[in-house]
Amino acid sequence: MTTSTPQTMYEKLWQTHLVEAAKGETPLLYVDRHLIHEVTSPQAFANLRFHNRPVRHPERTIATMDHNISTRSIKIDAAGEGAANQLRALAINCKDFGIELFDMGHKNQGIAHVIGPELGLTLPGTIIVCGDSHTATHGAFGALAFGIGTSEVEHVFATQTLRQNKAKTMKIEVKGHVGAGISAKDIILAIIGKTGSAGATGYVVEYCGEAIEALSMEERMTVCNMSIEFGAKAGLIAPDQTTFDYVEGKEYAPKGEVFEQAVVDWKNLKSDADATFDAVLTLEAKDIKAQVTWGTNPGQVISVDGIVPSPEDFSDPVEKESCVSALNYMGLTAGTKMTDIHVNKVFIGSCTNSRIEDLRAAAGVVQKYEGQQVVETIDAIIVPGSYRVKEQAESEGLDKIFTNAGFEWRLPGCSMCLGMNDDVLEEGDRCASTSNRNFEGRQGRGSRTHLVSPEMAAAAAITGHFVDLNA
Amino acid sequence: MEKFNTHTGLVVPLDVANVDTDQIIPKQFLQKTERVGFGVHLFHDSRYLDHAGTKVNPDFVINKPEYKGASILLAGENFGCGSSREHAPWALQEYGFKVILASSFADIFYGNCINVGLLPIKLSEAEIEQLFKLSPNAQLTLTVDLPNNIVTCGELSFKFSLNEFQQYSLENGVDSVGWTLDKLDTIKAFEEKMPAWQ
Repeated sequence: MTTSTPQTMYEKLWQTHLVEAAKGETPLLYVDRHLIHEVTSPQAFANLRFHNRPVRHPERTIATMDHNISTRSIKIDAAGEGAANQLRALAINCKDFGIELFDMGHKNQGIAHVIGPELGLTLPGTIIVCGDSHTATHGAFGALAFGIGTSEVEHVFATQTLRQNKAKTMKIEVKGHVGAGISAKDIILAIIGKTGSAGATGYVVEYCGEAIEALSMEERMTVCNMSIEFGAKAGLIAPDQTTFDYVEGKEYAPKGEVFEQAVVDWKNLKSDADATFDAVLTLEAKDIKAQVTWGTNPGQVISVDGIVPSPEDFSDPVEKESCVSALNYMGLTAGTKMTDIHVNKVFIGSCTNSRIEDLRAAAGVVQKYEGQQVVETIDAIIVPGSYRVKEQAESEGLDKIFTNAGFEWRLPGCSMCLGMNDDVLEEGDRCASTSNRNFEGRQGRGSRTHLVSPEMAAAAAITGHFVDLNA
Repeated sequence: MEKFNTHTGLVVPLDVANVDTDQIIPKQFLQKTERVGFGVHLFHDSRYLDHAGTKVNPDFVINKPEYKGASILLAGENFGCGSSREHAPWALQEYGFKVILASSFADIFYGNCINVGLLPIKLSEAEIEQLFKLSPNAQLTLTVDLPNNIVTCGELSFKFSLNEFQQYSLENGVDSVGWTLDKLDTIKAFEEKMPAWQ
């Protein structure tokens, strides 16, 4: 046995991927898996063509159509000409550069961050990148996963590497166990409420503690997915038996002896017991209640049994001013009970909350309301994250539970999370959304987004307002 | 990428914290396959009163006549948070910005700016505050000297720092892909040692 300095999981992932740290240069890291989609890749392909450069490892690259596809039709032009142009460009680029593409209606198609894990493309101990900030999702497996810009997409295409400065490390420990009915979404929103929307800028965050270990892989993905929403470069959760059991047997995952060797290596990934972090945050799981955002960034969040805050509640002048402008944009009055806020749109979907467990949780709430229907004035849509999720949900009869209660059951895609297709809110619409961003105009110009769990979204659809399901 | 040496330009103050990339360039303008055509849509929802972008909002700072031709954006903290869309720096650059000053930037946005040759400069909160206080009263002109890492504004001067390689890349307009491709042998040697499952 050699003795060495104790390392965090991030440091181990860094060391095992460090190709070169040349003097005067930003360190060069190896990228194991590159996920691409139609919106952030075309300009990168164009530059490859310009320089006559190939994609170095097409087999490490996987493409899907997700951001601006229609959720009503698998026709490539169903969401408009702009979308169709990008989708066609992706198909041509993938063909020309030899990249596997899950195109419209393919059984493996879906949101990049949903299909990566479910196909076994996402593995512990790897570096995964994608031109999308929610790539942090894959950190749930103990992979260093982060979003990149189009110039970096081009760099990965051509070299299978990326230059990265080393981030600081933050440990977020959620002690004990959450109460009944508290979801992974509530855990991550409560964390962001505590740190603020830029609280982890410059850090890679590691989530740990009993409440995190108790989560399923789908729930862990929801937690890691929103790491970017408080500025973190990436979020990590140590792989354990839950992880290995999930990965084993997946289509693209290693098989047989190779898988067994992988598990041996993956077991060494977790942070050493005496590793030190640059920052530590601790939460008590029992204190976490169901969360609803009231403002225009994900840090402006409160428990459902709370009230809309007042600018006077904030001592920091920037937060005070942000509160004033958020209340104005959201059309809310300080002091209003969160449960008195009525919505007219409900969206259950996105890379945060569109997996099978999310749909089961939402359907479970619908069933609790025994035969009650979605409020007549509310449009409520359910958008599964992938064709595999859709198929699984339908085999369990979840689609019928939703449609019988008045929800619309759509085709997979990113949909209303960012509204690049025709799933867009109108000005003044108020939406209970299971997505990840409540920025001004995110779901449509002048629209108002409240971020919630799938359970809360389902309850809001049926009652018309937010509900303290545990009261 | 164009080389960056020094730049002198007019400053426009956007005193708002947490300006996200959805505000910088809303999603409906991302459906392009080229790198051009984004500048006209920069800050669309604030800059225009209507969805179609035909009615200019006279109250939005960038639209004010005294800031016409500004090439330096003085921004609030956590500028560029949110999505990884490089369309945000493309839009800023195409509008005419060469430099963004803020006390903090979101990580992905910061890297994207460097990669396209738009210089993001981090100053302290107090320094940024000082500039915001000056800007409404006078048309503020700044000079950014990248080789010496100094921002000067009349009598004031502020030091800033940049990662060594990023500084070199900006000053020399390095083709970062070409630079790394010169190290292909090192990358190949690394790949040979990777475990089978990886």
